[in-house]
Amino acid sequence: MSVDIYKINPEFRDIMPKDILDLEDNATWGQEKRTIQDLTDKKELLEEHSLCAGCPEAAALRYVLTALPKPEDTIIVNSTGCTSLMFPHIALHTVHSLFGNQNAVASGIKRALEWRFPDKVKDVMVLAGDGATIDIGLDYTLQSFFRQEKITTICFDNEVYANTGGQESGSTPKGHVFKMAPKGKVFDKVPMWELAVTSGCQYSIKLTASAPKAVARAVREAVYIARELGPTYIHLYTPCILEIGLSASEGLWEMKEQDKDRFVSFKYVSPEAEALLKERKKEGLL
Amino acid sequence: MANLGPAHYAPYPVATYDGLLTPPEGKAMLLTDMVDEEVAMREVARVMLTSENATIFPGPQVLYAWSEEAKKKATLIKEMSEVLNAKMIPMYDYRPKYPKIDPEVEINPNHPNLTIWHNEIKACIFIGVHCHYANVALKIVRSETDCYTVGMCALSGHEDAMATIRDQHAEDLARFIEIAKEVKQELGK
Repeated sequence: MSVDIYKINPEFRDIMPKDILDLEDNATWGQEKRTIQDLTDKKELLEEHSLCAGCPEAAALRYVLTALPKPEDTIIVNSTGCTSLMFPHIALHTVHSLFGNQNAVASGIKRALEWRFPDKVKDVMVLAGDGATIDIGLDYTLQSFFRQEKITTICFDNEVYANTGGQESGSTPKGHVFKMAPKGKVFDKVPMWELAVTSGCQYSIKLTASAPKAVARAVREAVYIARELGPTYIHLYTPCILEIGLSASEGLWEMKEQDKDRFVSFKYVSPEAEALLKERKKEGLL
Repeated sequence: MANLGPAHYAPYPVATYDGLLTPPEGKAMLLTDMVDEEVAMREVARVMLTSENATIFPGPQVLYAWSEEAKKKATLIKEMSEVLNAKMIPMYDYRPKYPKIDPEVEINPNHPNLTIWHNEIKACIFIGVHCHYANVALKIVRSETDCYTVGMCALSGHEDAMATIRDQHAEDLARFIEIAKEVKQELGK
């Protein structure tokens, strides 16, 4: 995609609204050094969304988008879930795949792009919920790791099938009760971040979306590693405040609580990836 | 209360159900008839020059300077609006907008009727809108307004428009402008 696509033809400048004119001058397209600081005043990727007020997932998606090194050359594959309600609002190439198929679809896209644009860097990212990543799509997720596909997989883990009424997922912690899981989860939460490591991911991290900078850093690291070396995985806690009975202002508090509990930091970086990250840091990209 | 179009709130694709298909190469469609391109251009110019609040809706393919063709078309569309005495309202973003768009300054393919109702537009030209969004918008406009729609398409046209002229590239737009100037003179506008 050419960055020129955002340059307005002079003949139409007088009929374009000011905020669109502003985008031409101030948007972060084509700037590899985009940062989380752009979050407050840059809105070219996402301005409005249709999720619940105070939804941590909506905040997390903003952090992810501000962290993309090359949004104009990034394709996000997503799956059915709350995030898929936001994708129509995102000014990026996104592909909505069949539920659970997202990593298989992303693999195909990445390979086709490498063939079609051998001299260009094109980042392919998967963004799906815990149901799509860990339950129904587990096969495709792990197979893409086994095959060493150069894609970044982000799981927005809210520990429940939220928008279908609250059924337990593989990611639900043992004992948790939801509206459609009244007896409580019998088994332990699937440690997907550990499965990612044993399945061949070059980078696997588990964190909550409580700290924007940490999320943004993880995304940039994961994208840079996926470009060069192989699959990367980010497991991000984005609670569904409605399903766990919290108000719009309590999502951040819940994530901070879980920073010390189920989502205590986990990070694996392969030795090759470690070396690559040092290089990127020297270049000022991290 | 806004006027509904002939299809009213039909739950099915009306044009297709009426047996309308996009015109073959070298032809254009006027309501239900396949006609020569020049005939359609004359009629489109006449409708635009004689309808209230005629408006051109340029889409992203011409609003943004992403190719040499787009730059040429931008200059021609500006000239076209002057010849047709038409306003221009851009469709710069396809994303749905909440709680609602500002119909004074923009048109959105997900609820194009709001702009047409608000500005009481009786004839319009869609140009430079990607086909899948043009199809959505034209279906809604056909159902929910009494606006005469024109699809000026660089590809194969749109059956949901009242008039559609296909394969419209820069040189074709220049030809349309010349025809519009003649029609304008004939009408004494």
